[in-house]
Order: sequence, then C-alpha cells, then structure tokens
Amino acid sequence: MDPNAYVLLSAILFTIGSVGVLVRRNAIVMFMCVEVMLNAANLAFVSFAHANGNLDGQAIAFFVMVVAASEVVVGLAIIMTIFRTRRSASVDEENLLKY
Amino acid sequence: MSVVAAAAAQAAQDSSWAQTVIFWVCAPLSVLGALGMVVSRKAVHSALWVAVTMINLAILYVALQAPFLGMVQVIVYTGAVMMLFLFVLMIVGVDSSDSLVETIKGQRWLAIVLSLGVGVALIAAEGNSIVGPAVGLDAVNAADGGNVQALARLMFGRYVLAFEVTSALLISAALGAMILAHRELHTPRSTQAELSDSRFRLEGPKGPRLVPGVYARHNAVDTPALLPDGSIAIDSVPGPMQARGALRPVDEPALDEVVEVFEGHAVLTAPVTPESSGDSDGEGEN
Repeated sequence: MDPNAYVLLSAILFTIGSVGVLVRRNAIVMFMCVEVMLNAANLAFVSFAHANGNLDGQAIAFFVMVVAASEVVVGLAIIMTIFRTRRSASVDEENLLKY
Repeated sequence: MSVVAAAAAQAAQDSSWAQTVIFWVCAPLSVLGALGMVVSRKAVHSALWVAVTMINLAILYVALQAPFLGMVQVIVYTGAVMMLFLFVLMIVGVDSSDSLVETIKGQRWLAIVLSLGVGVALIAAEGNSIVGPAVGLDAVNAADGGNVQALARLMFGRYVLAFEVTSALLISAALGAMILAHRELHTPRSTQAELSDSRFRLEGPKGPRLVPGVYARHNAVDTPALLPDGSIAIDSVPGPMQARGALRPVDEPALDEVVEVFEGHAVLTAPVTPESSGDSDGEGEN
C-alpha cells in the first residue's frame, strides 16, 4: 500500500471541503465543510505518523480534534445567536456591517 | 531464524493487503460523503453525509495503526459534533435549505476553479512526499506496550503544556457557548392572564386555531381542514409541513361525495329518521 495514497485522499477531501465553504450559503453547512477540511488535515497527520514511524503526528491530530470540538461548540452558539436576531442561517443575510 | 523472518514478512504482507482493501473501500466512501455534503440542498442531508465521511475516516485511522484516534473520531465527531449539528438544525428549522441565488456574480464557478487549483497544488506538493514504504508504528507502539500507552507518554510528557492549555480552551469554549446561548429577559415574564388579554386584543378569530382535517380517509396532520365553502384552510397545517410543501388535501371524489349528499342527490348510508334516533337515545339512557 503506497502511503502517498492517504495523503492524496486527504488533499481531495480538503479540496471538497474548501469548495463547500466557498459555494454554500448556509452557515451550518459551511461549518460542516470546515469540519471536513480539519478531518482531512488530521488524516494527513495520521498517515505521515504511520509512514515515518513517529507518534507525534497522532498526538497533533488529537489536539486538532479537541480544538475542532470546542470550535464547533462556540461556532454553533454564534450561529444560534445570529439566527435568533435575524431569523436566518444564511450568510448572505448577515450584512449589517455592509451599509 | 529464516522461518521466523519469512512468517514476519508474510504477516506484514497480509496486513498490507488488508490495508489496501480497507483503503479502497473507505476512501471512495469518504469522498462520496464529502461530495454529498457539498451538493445536498437540505442541511440535514449534509449532516448525514458528513457522518458517513467521519466514520470512514475513523476506519482509515484504525487501518493506519491509530486505534485510539479512530475511537476518538467516532465518539467526538459522529457522536458529539454531528449530534450538536443536528440539534442546531432542529432549532433553526428544517426549511433552512440553501438559496441558489448568487450574491456575487460568477462567485460559484470562480470558487470551484480556485479550490480545484488549491487541490492540484496540494497534490503536486505532497502527493509524492513520502519516499519508500511506510515504516509503520509497530516498534513505537511496542516500546510502551500499546498505542494508547505510547500516545499517553507523548501527551503527558512532551506535550503536557499543550494538553493543559487544551483544558483551558475547553473550559472557555463551554463558558462562551453558555454566554452566547443565554438570553437576558429585558421585560418581566408575562403571566397567563396577560397573555390571554393580549390574544383577545388581536384582530381575527378569537378561538383556537383550526385543527388539521379529520376525515374518514385522512386524519393525519398534513391534511388541511376544509372551510364551510369547501376551500382549504392552510393555517390548520403546522408551519414546518407548509414549508416543506407536504400537504395532502382531501381527495376530490370524497369532496364530490360530500357535496352530492349535501345537495340531496345521493344518500351516504341508511337515513337517520327522528324515530330511530329517538329509540337509540332511549336505549342509551337505559
């Protein structure tokens, strides 16, 4: 099994996630796309750890997971707060600072 | 000696074969999940596709000799994070599907092209970054007696400061979420009497709202009630179902039947005569 295949998969997932963040307008779906990008980075860390016989990559991936979990908590709370005032989860509606 | 070496080589080949199979099953599934997430119109479907991606990545982690991370992935991502997403989607509402209107002209195609460019750059940069076969983690894991023990040694040894900072981060995240989700009451909570009073000051009907239709053939909440003139009372169906467009009006033949009975052209069942109704009343009293 070529270890580079995992890195390629991670690059593909990262690309799909970034397409989603840029294309989708729903804040919650954009958030999910960010999660997929974080997971792609994690996969790269884990596969490099496996390829190099070094556990540091797994430790970093663990910390990424912790940060992602807390980021989701705060981010979803922000989306909820915005939804409460604007009655919408679309990022196009959040334009108070524009005018 | 050579027998042992041959057995070890065979075992390594077997595990490599298994890894190949797992990769070619899980990698397409995870890419499929990610693509489904991007193209799904409804946010709930996106969440379910993300769960598919996460589970497949967890299997890949286990195949990459990271069983601890695989389990954490299942528990944290598919267990906690996706449930949180689904809860928020439930609060925000099922009708929060994406609008397809482009706010900035040509933004969608530009975004796709640029992202593909990033992807090509990533693949070109790191696609061949690993030279030679994978070293594997057998030796590192065996040194401490297992993957969990080896990770623990790292986390509570070299990375103990980062670990402690992480705990501070988690506490501040929980506090931040509580503060953001908390809503201050600026006016005193209205009592039931005040609520009733304000309801009666409103224009329109004072009674309870119409309930969805209950008929012989349809008694589900998606069947709108009929007004006296035979038209449909859309307000009787719950809002989310209206938003989904999941209405099931009472079917036309049934309506025609009712109209015919009403106009005296047809009879539904045995006619109810005053005598028979009086008899039944008397029996009921006995």
